[in-house]
Amino acid sequence: MRKAEFVMAVVMGIFSLYLMWKSAELPIGWIPEEGPGGGAWPFWLSAIMAICCVMILVNWYRRKTPPSQSDEVYMDRGTLIAVGLVAGALTVTIALFYVIGVYGAIPLFMIFYVRFLGRHSWATTAAMATITPVVMFFFFDIALKITLPKGLPIVEETIFYPLYKIFL
Amino acid sequence: MADILLQLWGGFLVAFEPLNLMLVLIGCTIGLFIGAMPGLGSVNGVAILLPLTFLVPPTGAIIFLAAIYYGAMYGGAISSIMLGIPGASTAVATTFDGRPLAKEGMADKALTAAAVASFVGGTISVVLFTFFAPPLAHVALFFGAPEEFSLMMLAFATFIGLGGDDIPKTIFSICIGLVLSAVGLDIISGEPRLIFGDIPGFLHGINFLVLAIGIYGIGEMLWTVEENYKAGGASMLSKAVVSVQRTLANLKELLGTWKTAVMGSFLGYFVGILPAAGATPGSLMAYGVARQIARDPQKFGKGSVDGVVAPESANNAASTGSMLPMLTLGIPGSPTTAILLGGMVIWGLEPGPRLFTDHSDFVWGLIASLYAANLFAVIINVAFIPAFIWVLKLPFTLLAPIIFVLCLVGGYAPTQDMHDVWLMLLFGVVGYLMRKLDYPLAPAVLAIVLGPLAEPALRQSLLINNGSFDIFFTRPYSAPIMITALVLLALPLLKPLMRLINGKKAKA
Amino acid sequence: MIQTKQKFFGLGVAVGLGVAAVGLPQAAKAAWEPKKPVEFVVMAGKGGGADKAVRLMQSIIAKNKMAPVPFTPVNKPGGTGAEALVYLKGKKGDDHTIMFTLNSFYTTPLRQPGLKVNIEEFTPVMRMAEDTFCLWVNSDRKDINNVDDFVKAAKAKGNGWIMAGTGKASEDNLLTDFLNSAYGLKMKYVPYKGGGKVAKELAGNNADSTVNNPSEQLGFFEAGKTKPLACFTKDRIGLFKDAPTFKELGKDFVYFMQRTVVGAPGMSDDAKAYYKDLFTKVFNSDEWQTYRKKKALQGDALTGDDLMNYWKNERDVHKKMLTKMGAIKG
Repeated sequence: MRKAEFVMAVVMGIFSLYLMWKSAELPIGWIPEEGPGGGAWPFWLSAIMAICCVMILVNWYRRKTPPSQSDEVYMDRGTLIAVGLVAGALTVTIALFYVIGVYGAIPLFMIFYVRFLGRHSWATTAAMATITPVVMFFFFDIALKITLPKGLPIVEETIFYPLYKIFL
Repeated sequence: MADILLQLWGGFLVAFEPLNLMLVLIGCTIGLFIGAMPGLGSVNGVAILLPLTFLVPPTGAIIFLAAIYYGAMYGGAISSIMLGIPGASTAVATTFDGRPLAKEGMADKALTAAAVASFVGGTISVVLFTFFAPPLAHVALFFGAPEEFSLMMLAFATFIGLGGDDIPKTIFSICIGLVLSAVGLDIISGEPRLIFGDIPGFLHGINFLVLAIGIYGIGEMLWTVEENYKAGGASMLSKAVVSVQRTLANLKELLGTWKTAVMGSFLGYFVGILPAAGATPGSLMAYGVARQIARDPQKFGKGSVDGVVAPESANNAASTGSMLPMLTLGIPGSPTTAILLGGMVIWGLEPGPRLFTDHSDFVWGLIASLYAANLFAVIINVAFIPAFIWVLKLPFTLLAPIIFVLCLVGGYAPTQDMHDVWLMLLFGVVGYLMRKLDYPLAPAVLAIVLGPLAEPALRQSLLINNGSFDIFFTRPYSAPIMITALVLLALPLLKPLMRLINGKKAKA
Repeated sequence: MIQTKQKFFGLGVAVGLGVAAVGLPQAAKAAWEPKKPVEFVVMAGKGGGADKAVRLMQSIIAKNKMAPVPFTPVNKPGGTGAEALVYLKGKKGDDHTIMFTLNSFYTTPLRQPGLKVNIEEFTPVMRMAEDTFCLWVNSDRKDINNVDDFVKAAKAKGNGWIMAGTGKASEDNLLTDFLNSAYGLKMKYVPYKGGGKVAKELAGNNADSTVNNPSEQLGFFEAGKTKPLACFTKDRIGLFKDAPTFKELGKDFVYFMQRTVVGAPGMSDDAKAYYKDLFTKVFNSDEWQTYRKKKALQGDALTGDDLMNYWKNERDVHKKMLTKMGAIKG
């Protein structure tokens, strides 16, 4: 935990400096008779962020906050696997939106989560993997007319064109 | 007075035509569900259903849209309480206490409180609307950039002490929210700024919803995944029960919060009228004030019913309030009213100072329908509570993937841009890692809501006044607001000082 | 299915293929129809003037069943249209994406050459209207009744005279610069978010003058809160008979804002013909004509090469104005 506190403060400190540098693309000073320039707001706030990071590091050094005192492991192996699997699955799902679309990726995510993480029966899994996209299609694409990503054109042309014909 | 009552009676005759009544009912129900979806709020609901309303006459159409607006305001609380994900910025404050209540197995109490408070807020504000519309519209007109900035300062000030005990981390969180809110176009100089790696997706800025769904949705769920793992797969998202006895007991307990509800309603209504931002600052300020005046402020943030009642009464009151400048001045107080306004124009109802005289049957029909919408919305909402509680009883491993899917789609729907979905995932993971180290994240979400309102207002004011700050203290509406804000900001600093002085005296 | 055929039938008549031809295979081949919901990109945020117009067109199409699929508005307000332009550019060859544009269609690519957007690549569909601009002051200013009074008052206040507008280097900014140079003024330009907000700042006396579109000030004008002094049009606007044009006042300056539908680059000819036909119907609909009258919109329907030539001409005009203003280097 103590190590993580240090690393996070350093990373966020560097991020703050990056934001300051990036904000400085626009004037950060005071323009006479006009007020602050376009970069001033983010620049000075990022500067405060950087100062906060230094203060967090001071607190870390003096062991004043709970995370800087704790010797607990920040993320044990099991947690890392449990959380990592979910975060990884989400990443893959979003990436698949581009290829097989929301309606292809969501059922796969459901199968992965319900069957392999949740260890539910195949029947439950199948129900979840079919009901979710069907409800979503009718709610978003048909009722609300929010077109969710369909992936590659070939997917849309073969599967969704007939559906549009029927329901739109 | 008698005049107004007579017109209101005429309005009720319009609102209670069977077709209009049915439209209110359908509108409230649709709005409730749209509002309950994370990512979709009243803006989406009204915008999306706008073309549908061509099937009915103009008055009915606007009544329908207003009912959706109302329903969505009620519905916003549902995802805030049940999932901890605010569906819209107006419902952020509801998560602060609604979510802890749900976690302690009192989701039914929180949902009932939200529904009833919304009803109180909605009704009080419609009554205020009925009797004091035109004079207040006049005030709204004079509300310029300096007043807006003072109001934002006041909103921030009521929130002092919201974060954790770790002051540097709290300030860091506020600042990162404000900086992220600056991404996109700087409207004063017309230049794009903080466009990381020239990715076009950053040009539209970072939507509040992306951060909120990222942190509260993905981040919170990853946190629960960890807890679930540590508890050996036994944890539930919320322990939840519902029964008639419990509901009655809840209602009885709610009677004790009437002061908060009334305060929230008035505050929400008056902030809502101001053409700055609509319901969000109103609900945040009501929460802040409720905590300041509460007998047990330390309970706030840990599951106080007052903490649900205050923002919910205020955001509904404010949504009525924001219709006032829309109808009388043609100025939308919120994005939702902007679309309602567009709808009215399409139907040839030109909003503006003359609407009340030229189309008085429409105006009064709309006002009367708001009374009806409130009543329907609270009934529908309370009726659905058992269904919502039932959903919460699903095992975590079934509920979790559904919530993740809602988050992904909720991140996509508002802008229909994949860029935002990736950004949301990033915020979720980073938010989760930061939360493990006690970084408070609520201040960041608040800051990204208020930042885009505060910064341009500050710079416009300075531009108008040749770069001098005295403009905030010389204008009749701005000065008292700004001074109150500064006093509130100074209070936490003064308190220890006073204690120090008093302590020394006592010693001496 | 039956419904689709009926619409298809109607379409055949409209494009003038003749009733007899409909139903024959070659006719079916000629008339292209969208197969999925058409994305209607808006270069501005929800609730703005452009957004309202798009939602009106969407409603007209849906109400009169002019198309077999819905048109779904997608707002891309980022970077004064930069986001929308880049997005549409990336949709090369797409027959299901169209966009509603304003004058930022010319100014944004000129100001941000890094976007590498060449507007000549886009497919012209139809100009639906041109919005007009007038110079407005608050009605409380009894001392200002014409442009001469205005110039006198603004001169006296120097750079303390506040002109509210919709953004840096926007249409309003160009007009402010024109007024400043034409009359030797030093008005201070303060950008706000959206024309409605600008109009309200004037009505609330938080700004001294604006160059709003008539539609934005109409409500306040009718309530007697604001008044137009002169308009940047060729002829006087019917709604404000008393306000002269700047041309009458000896300053030959006419300025419009296009409200045009444009298609993705490299759109197929069939799709081009389809949208042209569809928006002709929208243009001629009662709803659109009423809207045009109410909002004091001018400009006829313009399409195909004429529209492209109009764009090229307007772009050159804007290039000159922006160069003069110092926003871009010649």
